[in-house]
Amino acid sequence: MISSNAEGIRQSAGILAILNPKWRSFVHRLKNHRSGAGARAMLLILLGGAFWTAVFGLSYRILKYIKNVEEIGPLMAGKMLAVALLAFAAILLLSNLVTALSTFFLAKDLDMLVSAPVDWIWLYLAKLGETLAHSSWMVALMIVPILTAYGAVFDGGPFFPLVALGVLLPFFLLPTVIGSVLTLILVNVFPARRARDLLSLLAIAAGGGLVLFLRLLRPEQLARPEGYQNLMQFIALLRAPSHPLLPSEWASSALMNWFLRIGDPLPILLLWSTAAAFIVIGASLHRRLYMAGFTKSQEGANSSGTRAIWQSVGASLLFWLPVTRREFILKDLRVFFRDATQWSQLILLAVLLLVYIFNIRSLPLYTGEKVPFVLVTMVVFLNQGLGGFVLSAIAARFIFPSVSLEGRQLWLLRSSPLDLRAMLWSKYWVGTIPLLVLALVIGIVTNQILQAPPFMMVLSIITTVCYTLAVGALALGMGVIYPQFDTENAAQIPTSFGGLVFMMSAVSLLTIIIMVEAWPVAEQLRTWQLGEPSGFPTSVVFSMIAVMGICALAIIIPLRLGLKRLAAIEV
Amino acid sequence: MIELTNLTKRYGRFTAVDGINLTIPKGELYGLLGPNGAGKTTTMRMIAGILQPTSGTVKISGIDIQKDPLVAKSRLGFIPDRPFVYDKLTGVEFLRFVAGLYGQGGAEIEDQIDELLELFELAPWKHELTESYSHGMRQKLIISSALVHRPEVIVVDEPMIGLDPKSARLLKDMLREFVTGGGTVLMSTHTLEIAEAMCDRIAIVQAGKVAASGTMEDLRLQTSSGDVSLEELFLKLTGGFSERELSDLFQR
Repeated sequence: MISSNAEGIRQSAGILAILNPKWRSFVHRLKNHRSGAGARAMLLILLGGAFWTAVFGLSYRILKYIKNVEEIGPLMAGKMLAVALLAFAAILLLSNLVTALSTFFLAKDLDMLVSAPVDWIWLYLAKLGETLAHSSWMVALMIVPILTAYGAVFDGGPFFPLVALGVLLPFFLLPTVIGSVLTLILVNVFPARRARDLLSLLAIAAGGGLVLFLRLLRPEQLARPEGYQNLMQFIALLRAPSHPLLPSEWASSALMNWFLRIGDPLPILLLWSTAAAFIVIGASLHRRLYMAGFTKSQEGANSSGTRAIWQSVGASLLFWLPVTRREFILKDLRVFFRDATQWSQLILLAVLLLVYIFNIRSLPLYTGEKVPFVLVTMVVFLNQGLGGFVLSAIAARFIFPSVSLEGRQLWLLRSSPLDLRAMLWSKYWVGTIPLLVLALVIGIVTNQILQAPPFMMVLSIITTVCYTLAVGALALGMGVIYPQFDTENAAQIPTSFGGLVFMMSAVSLLTIIIMVEAWPVAEQLRTWQLGEPSGFPTSVVFSMIAVMGICALAIIIPLRLGLKRLAAIEV
Repeated sequence: MIELTNLTKRYGRFTAVDGINLTIPKGELYGLLGPNGAGKTTTMRMIAGILQPTSGTVKISGIDIQKDPLVAKSRLGFIPDRPFVYDKLTGVEFLRFVAGLYGQGGAEIEDQIDELLELFELAPWKHELTESYSHGMRQKLIISSALVHRPEVIVVDEPMIGLDPKSARLLKDMLREFVTGGGTVLMSTHTLEIAEAMCDRIAIVQAGKVAASGTMEDLRLQTSSGDVSLEELFLKLTGGFSERELSDLFQR
């Protein structure tokens, strides 16, 4: 007998014991003194500080202005807070749905924890805590400067941080419990491990939630008080909560009560009692359903008849490619479209693009008085920058992780006679061609809506093509230079340090392009204003050549560096 | 044929592989033995072109893998110790993809894939995603993938882990047949009985160096041992717990 005290069951591991490995791993990651770690930390602190300062500054100025509006100032501030918290609640719910699936059903430590004599309640609470931390930290960081601005403008006092903490903790807990309960139910409903179906449902729910959220906001009404018949109607709208049963409404009421010195404890009581009740309900459901769900989550996926069609369609479309490249591209496409964490985001992307186009449509350029032609051109020019930013974000999500996702299979690629250059180019085109199609659709549709002059349309299309080709290479190259081979969830990869560096590089490139084009566009506008004959001035041609040159460098340099790094990666 | 010349791999100050010299001719099944952390897997990954040596050379069928990696790798089939495959591909798609990596496709490869899947009893699951495969099934799929392009050299790291007795026997027979047909196999294993029964020659690696190499007879001569088993030779060369020490450990 190995142990002398194995007569009875030892005391069950508590929540701290279960979470200890996560905590230790986090500490070790912080202590990991790799080369350049100090510079990375400094860069992150600087960027984080700059972001906080910007959010705080903006919030402070808006609130300061609003506070001084007679009669409706505090009401508008409260409404803004409610809207911001509602937006955060929607993000938190979506984030928790996805995170709960991972922490409760797919995490690698589950086999060990479930097979160990761990009491179900501790497992539930530990995993709930893990879900809370993973899904909420980003929103928590975002909310700090906003609430600090509220505290500063409305004189929150020294105890305001404690009040904010007391309000935010149940506010964050509620979506975590709801997300984990929904995941628990969905995992039980599906007969086998159909994470793909589950996540597609989540994505559709998220898309629907977003549309609902936009509907609930009715932001256009708030922005145009002149559209109301009288001030009382506008005030009535401000007073009315988005929905009296929404926790975001309770949280904003609790905080505004503190600012306005209103002694009404109901909102905070509602928050805490609901959070406590939801945890009890969640625990009870966990006790009944978790083991069945966990078991089902380990079952295999069903076979599908569509796979043979895939093979024949893919093979016939790519017949002209050499077999190595063809099979590599087919593999990438299959893996992408069979992984729900990947393709489900396309639905979200589609919704966000619709919102983007809707917003462009909503610009009051052609609805009221005639807007000067110069302003229209300016908007078209700025839309180019905004579109470029959207493209960078999409490249960060879909192209940046593509090499990292090879992670555990890299042994196969490295031990085979696959030319790394061919692999990198395959990945480049697989990611960049859809991005280019999307970029052109966004550019042309929004320019049509804005009734862009032909000169701007041509400039916009050429810039979009150049920038898209460059940003694809930048995303792929940076993804190789900063790989995340240990991360299985593709959605987490762009949030890494490398993802941040990529976004910074992409935005810098975009800024340079806009700066290079700004002067000739301004010159062209001046020419039009003076009534001189229009056409393509020489400066525009030179700036286009410069943009093409810059983008060519932005394609060649990252791909070369990426190739060099890829050859040196040891797995 | 595999030739390793002064093969060295350092990670900072730590030397994982320290100047290994080995020549494994055609038609030979060579065993690489050693305790955990001795440098076996690092050596095999350098041979497979996954790790770059700090110094020294690796030649596959006379081709330097550093100088001409694509040609050298096209002659090689590598079977790693951990069967990581693409979860979202089916078994048949995975094999087709691997064949594509080696520039092979078409009807002949399709036949070869079907044959391998039949042989390893994976045919009923060939259209299932590999995420639903067991560890052993994945291992068999990876073994099939190393054979699908008909390599000249097979490097195999711990091949028997996760295999059922029937598949293990099949693999042994296949490797033996492969070397009889003129192929070369380098195999690392912790199962000394397998090494003793299968390998023509054996190298025992300790702390990144070859402590002894040769046939069983050579090893016995080198260690001045009598007619002892490979297990006893291994423990003598690498050091091991005595019975007394093990007994003390469990009494504590």
